[in-house]
Amino acid sequence: MLDKTIVAIVVSAIAFIVVYTITPILIKTLEKRKLVVKDYNRVGGAMVARPGGPSILAGLVISEFVLYAFFPSIDVLAIILTTFLAFLVGLADDRKVLGGWFKPLALAATSIPIILLGAHGSHLDFPLFGSVRIPELYLGLIVIMIPITGNTVNSIDVLNGVASGFMTIASFALTISLFIVHHYDIAIASLPLGFVSLAFYKYHKFPSRIFPGDSGALTLGAMYGTIAIVGHVEVIAAIALLPAVINSFLFLSSVKRIIEHRQLKSNPVEHTEDFKLKATTHKDAPVTLVRLIVANRPMTEKEVGFVIFKLALFSASLAIITAFMMGVKI
Amino acid sequence: MKAQIFVYVFIMWLMIIAGGGLLIAVIAPISINGFGKYSGFLDSGIKAAVAIFLVALWVFIMSKIKNWIFNKQIQN
Repeated sequence: MLDKTIVAIVVSAIAFIVVYTITPILIKTLEKRKLVVKDYNRVGGAMVARPGGPSILAGLVISEFVLYAFFPSIDVLAIILTTFLAFLVGLADDRKVLGGWFKPLALAATSIPIILLGAHGSHLDFPLFGSVRIPELYLGLIVIMIPITGNTVNSIDVLNGVASGFMTIASFALTISLFIVHHYDIAIASLPLGFVSLAFYKYHKFPSRIFPGDSGALTLGAMYGTIAIVGHVEVIAAIALLPAVINSFLFLSSVKRIIEHRQLKSNPVEHTEDFKLKATTHKDAPVTLVRLIVANRPMTEKEVGFVIFKLALFSASLAIITAFMMGVKI
Repeated sequence: MKAQIFVYVFIMWLMIIAGGGLLIAVIAPISINGFGKYSGFLDSGIKAAVAIFLVALWVFIMSKIKNWIFNKQIQN
């Protein structure tokens, strides 16, 4: 147990330090190569480096390899491979604008290592009611889980610091839940996700110096989904992600098809004269979480971000309560 | 409005737990035998169909609750 505690501290430190030290170098490199995008929510529209995916991937993969060196397991190998493949999908989307269906389909393919390595169960566990054995159906669940978590995290990447801050909260909730349900090895494997998100938040928070891009958001989301599968905490993981799920749900139910945000004819929010965010009055604009948050009164980008973090903390609490409920049967 | 979003998250959580109970109550007892090597496929196929139906029902109910909670904002 002491060995695992030491390894947990080591991989957490590596994950945090790698991202904390590499990201400023990545920012300079991206700015030098003019890989920058306009931050439309900032007064004057500052140019911000993108994508931050490479530093996120470096932090995750290096720390997971260190963990694998200490405790080799197919679960950790599946996490590394799926995360890396999801990064490649995101990077392709960062470099070239691809269709709305490309990401879900390509992300579905990134789940192949989980299936080939057999790093999954065949049961779906629910709080209070027990589990249901669905061996063939579970394979289908794996294939759709990674695109859902990847795109859900990507969809919440709308304001400075929101995706990384949100993932910090959701990831640590998932880690705590894994400890509660006694899946210690996967709990340790999930620690780098929280620490990488936290280190990246330092540069992503308002005013952002770097955006994660699709390569960063999909990498975080795919790893989150993989941990949920190999740790057998699919329902808990979905609960911790609820505010982002609601954002995707609201978006999809208002546009009624899978499209990219850049394809929208009207934005869900507009700016006031003092550059606060306010809900749009356009009838054809989609309903999103941010639009609902600013429905009553205009808010600054930072204020909206904190409301999303409060929602994330609320759903993280519900996820942890659910983890405790896993041990209770009625 | 912010309070309504918290309420919606809470309702979604309750619906997930209730949906899990329903899934276990409906799917777990399903066991198809007597079709030889096709029994496994039939078993999985029926379970998948029931699961998809339950998920679709869940999405439909959540959509109705969403319209009810956020009615004013969505109409704006």
